[in-house]
Amino acid sequence: MSNDLDFEGWVCPVPLRDTPMIVMGHGGGGAMSGELIEQLFLPAFGGAARAELGDSAVLEVPAGRLAFSTDSFVVKPMFFPGGCIGDLAVNGTVNDLAMAGATPLYLSTAFILAEGTLMTDIGRVAMAIGKAADVAGVQLVTGDTKVVDSGSGDGIFINTAGIGVIPDGIDISPARARVGDVVLVSGDIGVHGIAVMSCREGLEFGTTIESDCAPLHGLVADMLATGVEVRVLRDPTRGGVSATLNEIAKASGVGVELVEKDLPIPAEVKDACGLLGLDPLQVANEGKLIAIVAAEDAEEMLAAMRQHPRGAGSRRIGTCVAEHPQMVVARTGLGGTRVVDLPIGEQLPRIC
Amino acid sequence: MKYLDEFSDPVLAGKLVDQIHAVTTQPWSMMEVCGGQTHSIIRHGIDQLLPSGVEMIHGPGCPVCVTPLEIIDKALAIAEQPGVIFCSFGDMLRVPGSSKDLFSIKSAGGDVRVVYSPLDALKLARDNPDRQVVFFGIGFETTAPANAMTVYQAKKQGIPNFSLLVSHVLVPPAIAAIMESPKCRVQAFLAAGHVCSVMGTSDYPALAEKYQVPIVVTGFEPLDILEGIRRTVIQLESGRHELENAYSRAVTAEGNVAAMDMLRDVFEVTDRTWRGIGMIPQSGWKLSERYADYDAETRFSVSDIHTDESALCRSGEVLQGLIKPHECAAFGKECTPRKPLGATMVSSEGACAAYYTYRRLDHLELSETRLVEA
Repeated sequence: MSNDLDFEGWVCPVPLRDTPMIVMGHGGGGAMSGELIEQLFLPAFGGAARAELGDSAVLEVPAGRLAFSTDSFVVKPMFFPGGCIGDLAVNGTVNDLAMAGATPLYLSTAFILAEGTLMTDIGRVAMAIGKAADVAGVQLVTGDTKVVDSGSGDGIFINTAGIGVIPDGIDISPARARVGDVVLVSGDIGVHGIAVMSCREGLEFGTTIESDCAPLHGLVADMLATGVEVRVLRDPTRGGVSATLNEIAKASGVGVELVEKDLPIPAEVKDACGLLGLDPLQVANEGKLIAIVAAEDAEEMLAAMRQHPRGAGSRRIGTCVAEHPQMVVARTGLGGTRVVDLPIGEQLPRIC
Repeated sequence: MKYLDEFSDPVLAGKLVDQIHAVTTQPWSMMEVCGGQTHSIIRHGIDQLLPSGVEMIHGPGCPVCVTPLEIIDKALAIAEQPGVIFCSFGDMLRVPGSSKDLFSIKSAGGDVRVVYSPLDALKLARDNPDRQVVFFGIGFETTAPANAMTVYQAKKQGIPNFSLLVSHVLVPPAIAAIMESPKCRVQAFLAAGHVCSVMGTSDYPALAEKYQVPIVVTGFEPLDILEGIRRTVIQLESGRHELENAYSRAVTAEGNVAAMDMLRDVFEVTDRTWRGIGMIPQSGWKLSERYADYDAETRFSVSDIHTDESALCRSGEVLQGLIKPHECAAFGKECTPRKPLGATMVSSEGACAAYYTYRRLDHLELSETRLVEA
C-alpha cells in the first residue's frame, strides 16, 4: 500500500527542502512547525484533513452513544511489506472503535519525531495516513507534532485517538461470552507480525507475506446488519489470538477450547514461526477480528462475514466451555491438549 | 514448509502410537535429551498418547537451562560496562542472574542487543571499532560451530574489539553423568538429533554398551519423536541396547566434518559446571590457546565472580529426571516464567516452563495460583 505512494512526485517547498531532515525547530511551535504542518502534513493528508488549525476541533455528532479510543504506534521498521506506521496508526484506532460496534468518524494524529528523521519518510507516512483515512471514511480533525533529540526517540512515533458512534441496540463486550458460544475468526492469523519481523534488522528473511493491516468497520457493519447478536468482538493485535482469547476468557469467566487443526495459519506464517520458535497464536494481526456468537447463530454469521472482502476467510476455531474457566486450551493435531497462554512480554526467538 | 507438515501428519502419528501400544508390555522410562524435544512432546501432547507405563523423563538438553548462574552474573557484569555492546540470543535476556537480568541492564542504559547469528555481532564489532562487542556463546554442539566460525573470522579479519563469553557444554559426558547417578531411573535415551547432525554418532555405541541402554537418535517433529519412542520401546522389550538412527534425514554417522574441524581448531575440552547438576569433568568447551585473546572472561576480568544457586529451586533434579517439574514445591508458586527461580522455568525449552505453559490444566491448584497472581 504505502509502497505504491509516490511521495517523490510531491514538490517540497523551499523552507522544508532546506532541511531534508527533522531538526529541533520543527517542534518548537514557531514558523518551522507551521511550515511542517501546512506544507507537509496537510497536503499529504489530502481530502481526509479538516484543517481549521485551532486549539480544538469542534465536531458535530449525532445523538446516542460515542466510542472513544486511543492508541500509540512505535512499530520498527516503520515501513514493512504491505504497509507502514501511517496506515497502521489509522487502522489501529479505527478497528478499536469498530470492535465496540461503532462507526468511526474522527481521528486525531499526534507525532513524536526524532531529530534527523528524513522529510521524505515523514511525507510517505503522512500520505499513507491520508489515504488510509480516506479508505476508512474518517476525518483527521486535530493533531500535534513534537520533536525529540536524536537518541530520545527513534524515527516516527504516532498517537491516534478516534471517536465513533454506536448504533442503538448494540451491546458488545469482552465479558459477554457464554458457555456454548462459538469463536469465529475473520481470516488467516499471524500475518502482520510475520511481515514486520521479516524485515527487522538482522532478521531479514525472504517471504511473500504482506501485512493484513486494514480497516474492519465495514465488515463489522455487515455483521451487525444480520441482526444476529454479536456478544464479543476483538481485534487480536499485540499478543495475537492467544492474548485476546485469554482476556475474553478472563472477562467472561468461561474456558475457551480451540481446535488446532481449524486454525487458519498460512504456510508462510507456519514456516517462519517454525524457524523462529514462535507460536502463531501469539503473533500480531492488524486486519482480523475475533467474534463470539451463540452456537445457533454461527452459520448465519459466518455466511455474512464471508460475503465481505475482509472476512472471506472466516471460520470457526473454537468453543466457550465450562471446564477450565478463564483458561484457553487447544486440542492439538495429534489429539493431546495444551494450555494456550498469554505471552509474557516480547516474543523472543529461540536459541536453537 | 515440507518437513513441518509432513512430519506432523495426524494419521501417521496415530499409526505410530498404535504400534507403540502394541509392542509395550511393561513400564519403561526413557529420557529425551534435548529441550527442543521436550518442548515438542509437551506442545503436541505426545506423552498423553503413550501407554500408561511409558514415561518420558525430560533431560538436561536446554542450553539456557544448564548455563550456570555464575556465567549469567559474568555476562551481566560485562554488559554493564560502558562502551560494551553485549550481544545475545533472545532467550538469554530474561534469564535472571543473582540480582537482575539483561533486560534490566538494557533499560538502565546498557547496550544489550538481540542478534540472530553470532556473525551479526562480528559485523557490529567491525562497524563500531571504538566499542567492545561481546557475544554470549552458550549452548551445546549445535550452536558451537557458528560461534567457532565467528571467532575464527574475527582472528582472520583482524577484528580485535570482538570477544566471546563461552559456556559451551557437550551431550555425551552428560549422558554418562546421568547414568552414573545412584538415583538414575533412565532406561533409554532419545539422543538429540541436531547435536548428532554436527558431531555424528561415534560417541554413542560405547555409552550404549557401557550403561546397557538403548540410544536412538531422534528428531523434533511429532512423527520423529514417536518413531524414536517406538524404536526405543522395541529395543527395551527385546532386551537390546544399541545405537539406532531414527533421524537419518539429518544425521550421518560421521557428522559434519567441516564443522568438527573448526570446533577442534577454536575450542578445547574443559570441565564445566551445569546449572542444577554440578561440575561434570570434560563436559564442555573453552577457547583454545590459539584464540585465548578472544575470551571475554579474561578481557573483562570477570573470572573471579562466583555465585550460588537458589536453595528453593530443584531444577537440578528436574534436569536429571529425578522429579517432574510439578513435584517441586516452588513450581507455579514462588517460581513462574515471570519470576523464575531456576533456568528450567525461563527458557521455553525448559521442562518447568513447558509444564507451566502447556500443562497447568492437569494441576488444578496451579490454575488457582494463576488467578490469585492475575
